[in-house]
Amino acid sequence: MDSLRQLAINEEGFVFNPATGESWTVNSTGLYILKLLKEGKDEDTIARQMAAEFDVDLETAQRDVVDFVEKLRSYRLL
Amino acid sequence: MKKPYEKPVITKVETGLMNKFGNAPYYARKVRTAIDGVSIDALVQQFGSPLFVLSERQLRENYRKLYRAFAARYPNVQFGWSYKTNYLQAVCAVLHQEGAFAEVVSLMEYEKARRLGIPGEKIIFNGPYKPVEILEQAAAEGALINIDHFDEIADLEAVAKKLGKQIRVGIRVNMDTGIYPQWSRFGFNLETGQVMDAVKRIQAGGHLVLTGLHCHIGTFIMEPDAYAQETAKLVQLKYSIEEHFGYQIEFLDIGGGLPSRNRLKGTYLPPEILLPSVEEYAEKITQALYDHLKPGDFPTLVLENGRAIVDEAGYLITTVVASKRLPDGRKAYIADAGVNLLFTAFWYKFTVEMDRDLPGVNESCVIYGPLCMNIDVLDEGTSLPPLERGTRLIFSPVGAYNQTQWMQFIEYRPSVVMVMEDGTVEVIREQEDLSDIERRERLPEKLQLNSIAAE
Repeated sequence: MDSLRQLAINEEGFVFNPATGESWTVNSTGLYILKLLKEGKDEDTIARQMAAEFDVDLETAQRDVVDFVEKLRSYRLL
Repeated sequence: MKKPYEKPVITKVETGLMNKFGNAPYYARKVRTAIDGVSIDALVQQFGSPLFVLSERQLRENYRKLYRAFAARYPNVQFGWSYKTNYLQAVCAVLHQEGAFAEVVSLMEYEKARRLGIPGEKIIFNGPYKPVEILEQAAAEGALINIDHFDEIADLEAVAKKLGKQIRVGIRVNMDTGIYPQWSRFGFNLETGQVMDAVKRIQAGGHLVLTGLHCHIGTFIMEPDAYAQETAKLVQLKYSIEEHFGYQIEFLDIGGGLPSRNRLKGTYLPPEILLPSVEEYAEKITQALYDHLKPGDFPTLVLENGRAIVDEAGYLITTVVASKRLPDGRKAYIADAGVNLLFTAFWYKFTVEMDRDLPGVNESCVIYGPLCMNIDVLDEGTSLPPLERGTRLIFSPVGAYNQTQWMQFIEYRPSVVMVMEDGTVEVIREQEDLSDIERRERLPEKLQLNSIAAE
């Protein structure tokens, strides 16, 4: 979570890690999840919030949040 | 009003890397909603998934295009349909309607051609193993038998004696045509003089009459000049045999091996750029004939094409049944069809199309099949947007070799349908069930499990 906290994230979805110099781009839902993770929300809470705000069912949202988190882990952001 | 949803994606920004081959476009999509006007959705609703779909229109078009390329350049052309490429009855029937002979390489294929109604004289019989009983039938029915080895000469002589007649035969030749690998396991070698030894042996026996020469230089041959060399050498051999042995060589069979518009793994350029056109092959081959044939001599030019005709007529519709994230961050999808159905996935990188347009940026992904085996990979590295469960992926071209080399391994083989030229859809092979798998099995009485339970 430490590396996640230090990320610089702008509103267009550009993500920069000042510690390593790496950068990423995220789409709108990726940005949404990233921000909530930074706030310390857990995956289930994020999925429920996303299902309430976006046109997606809860099951798909849960599945996609888990998948996104796994991807962040592969980039060593978690 | 909820906000529109797009699956979350994060992509690393890579700069300063070697970029010789470029990256897959982030938003490129290949979407196919129908095959010959019949929607993918309707096909799956009616016949299930996975589903092989063959296009009658494409099959006939490919045949006619290839045949015209040769027939427009040379007056005496005969195609033999390579049964091993796809011997589903409907496929063979379409190509026989177009005028192809049957080119068979085994007892089973010979029987298939005969059952389909093809007379012996329209069957070309190749292959390294022809059991004596089928040789006898083929000889009696007047098939064009191309001899592979000296033992077969002896077998055919015995058949000729039994039938009380001379048998007209061809011999199979292998040779150097300037390409690698040089196929040498079939027939008699030209450069070492083995071919002439075989002709001597045939003449000494007196029971066989040599009427043709056959050669198959390899498969997926991307160099038209190899065929030109093959043709030239066969013509020279024809005249040498005619001069020294008095036989009349009536046909020159240059085999098959023309590539389909498929993409071999490891090639960077797409097939439409990499592969010569069929006209280039036809031009080289017929030019070699005219350069070496005597004026007024037009032996029958036989070609035994398979994949160049049927590959592009075939599609496999699959369904994404699950997805997972691999430890290296790549996305992996599990489709309901794997290498059990797509044997050619081992050497081709297929075109993969989706049945719908999906939002989101493309991600690097792997497509696995349903088999409990590590080798079950349909595409080890492609670029697709995040796929929803249930998305259909359409693989093509898959018409060649898959329906003959597919494996019955832990799964039932699916239906094969043909979209007909009139837009109707015919089932040409029904989906299997357990009865197909177990029909030939016998469970010994003492192993019956219900008898154990009763003890």
